[in-house]
Amino acid sequence: MSADVTVLYFAALRERMGRSRDILTLSENTRTVGALLMERRKVDPTLDAALSGPGTLRVAVNRQLSDLSAPVQAGDEVAVFPPMTGG
Amino acid sequence: MPLIRIVVGESAFDMGKETARLLTESDGVGGVGSFLGVVRGGNGLVALTLEHYPGMCEDVLTALAQEAVARFSLAGCIVIHRVGRLVVGEPIVLVLTAAAHRAAALNGTRFLIDRLKTGAPFWKMEEFADGRRVWVESRAEDEVAAANW
Repeated sequence: MSADVTVLYFAALRERMGRSRDILTLSENTRTVGALLMERRKVDPTLDAALSGPGTLRVAVNRQLSDLSAPVQAGDEVAVFPPMTGG
Repeated sequence: MPLIRIVVGESAFDMGKETARLLTESDGVGGVGSFLGVVRGGNGLVALTLEHYPGMCEDVLTALAQEAVARFSLAGCIVIHRVGRLVVGEPIVLVLTAAAHRAAALNGTRFLIDRLKTGAPFWKMEEFADGRRVWVESRAEDEVAAANW
């Protein structure tokens, strides 16, 4: 399996990103979702600005609601989005 | 096995047909609880566009339905949630629960709609007559309603 992680963006965050997904390569020392996003922010000003935007954000890993401390590994699907407003 | 039917998509639904289906496929039913959510007008709102996370939505709704069936001893339930652009007055979401008695059916319905509002990955964007487009922010009272279950 490659060391890639798919990161999906939804709703207002997707609009701030200008795209709905990134394929990120997991570096050897990156073990959590928080670390993956922090690392990426340093080299991606769009992501940095989008994550700094107003309001809280939620995280899902492999379609399960999770948080930034969740472990991440190659092949995972991570999603970042604003609080849900269905119904 | 109680019927659990989850549908997420753009298509319109027929509440009467869904109710008939629930009754046909469930045993020992004494009543059906229902909630039909529609696009509410006012303040110049013309439409809502609903975005969702395909896959996760169905997973979350199925898990919620299974929880509702176990917790309220439901004979069956149906949850249909539409996505895409919906104009004022159009149905968005349908929750139907079948149970032996009214309390279980009504509580099951309320549990499902309260929990799905903040727990299933849907997002609403409001579209106004003057052209403004605004993402709906989550409401504290919705979080409280979900947490109370």
